[in-house]
Amino acid sequence: MKLTESEYGRLAKLRSPNSNVLRNTAMAFLVGGAICCAGQALLNIYKMLGTDEITAGTLTSVTLVFLSAVMTGFGLYDKIAKHAGAGTLVPITGFANAVVSPAMEFKTEGYVLGVGAKIFIIAGPVIVYGLAASAVYGVILFIVRAMRG
Amino acid sequence: MSVHIGNGTIEMTSMPSIVGFGSAVGRMEGEGPLGSCFDYVSDDSGFGESSWEKAESRLQQHALEQALLRGSIAESDISFMFAGDLLNQCTGSAYSMRNNGLRFVGLYGACSTMAESLSMASVFMDNGIGKYCGALTSSHFCSAERQFRFPETYGGQRPPSAQWTATASGCAIVGAHGQPPYVRAVTVGTIIDMGIKDANNMGAAMAPAAYDTIKTHFANTGTAPESYDLILTGDLGYVGGELLRDLFLQDGIDLGERYNDCGMMIFDREKQDVHAGGSGCGCSASVLCGHILPRIQSGEAHNVLFTATGALMSPTVIQQGESIPAIAHAVHISDNGNITEG
Repeated sequence: MKLTESEYGRLAKLRSPNSNVLRNTAMAFLVGGAICCAGQALLNIYKMLGTDEITAGTLTSVTLVFLSAVMTGFGLYDKIAKHAGAGTLVPITGFANAVVSPAMEFKTEGYVLGVGAKIFIIAGPVIVYGLAASAVYGVILFIVRAMRG
Repeated sequence: MSVHIGNGTIEMTSMPSIVGFGSAVGRMEGEGPLGSCFDYVSDDSGFGESSWEKAESRLQQHALEQALLRGSIAESDISFMFAGDLLNQCTGSAYSMRNNGLRFVGLYGACSTMAESLSMASVFMDNGIGKYCGALTSSHFCSAERQFRFPETYGGQRPPSAQWTATASGCAIVGAHGQPPYVRAVTVGTIIDMGIKDANNMGAAMAPAAYDTIKTHFANTGTAPESYDLILTGDLGYVGGELLRDLFLQDGIDLGERYNDCGMMIFDREKQDVHAGGSGCGCSASVLCGHILPRIQSGEAHNVLFTATGALMSPTVIQQGESIPAIAHAVHISDNGNITEG
């Protein structure tokens, strides 16, 4: 072949279509925003029903996670996510989808080595680094407070 | 006896015939442009089984049954079966062969496996080893996704260069010289790695391997693109297909109309949401056995250079930062079984 690796890499890049960033961003904004609006609406409804602020927030999260799990189960969430991208990935519903989908997929390998072992195969890194970040934050807060006396 | 004419090319001397061929596909492939060509189309992607792996094995069995049926061959007359698929430990093939008692040679060449298995079966038959030898491969979208990518219901976005693993299987049974189609020559490929690391762009990783094998085949056999009605790769898809054309154009060779790719043929790019086209061992196998071999048999096509390409991609090694090694094997299939003609 007449091309070097880097020349071929450039040619391959040229021939590979790029994602439609403008469309993807717009869809992520719209769908992500719609999910957040739904969350806000749920929060308002729970508060109207007389629950306190903290309980209403918890109920909102629980409801969104539940809806996302049900939609994942019926194979609807991935169909929306295909168009919405980060719009369905970033909200709490995306986290629910990332946990429910492997749980469903690996059920054939049993409840221990399938569901149990693989349920966090996608969400695992978020949990690990989320916890790690909160630990680091805690240490920093501790030091700052100690310095202030 | 087959002749190794050098540098990977083996010429047949008896011109073995492909005596039976069959294909089986899933619903989406059945709805594609070649839908009517396939022998068996299932509306149930699970093929009545409880797991995707079992579904893939069942799919293979359907393709084998159809090939036996078309060739009026008894299963027990197959002396050696060369079969492979994309799953770890060649699971799809091992389990489809579990109960039939056939002598089984498991092959892994990723999406190049159909050309690999057909080459082996042809060389065996050209040397009079066995009554019939089978070549069988499969892929299943769902079993491949869960092994190589994400769970089926995970909400992710696929990049435009990604290919869609076809739920498909094809089986070709090679016998002694008889009726067309005949296998005239095969070229075994070498691993080519041009540094592509993107597992979502396997067409780009495989195109140089296809270029290398096809060019080697031309050089060894003294043929040119004009010697063939159809130069068929499987499965470079749209991105890899363009790149292959580019690579040949740099040598001043225009593949033109005679070039096509199984990954571009099996799905309708406009109507079916498959991004850069189809892929998987079953894609080229089903297109070959469902669409191409019948055309050679009927004399519509005369000389086809079937070049299946494989991205030998391990998710583990890709995560370690390695690039994707690729391979392509070529099989010259013809309606001309004349032994004296080159």
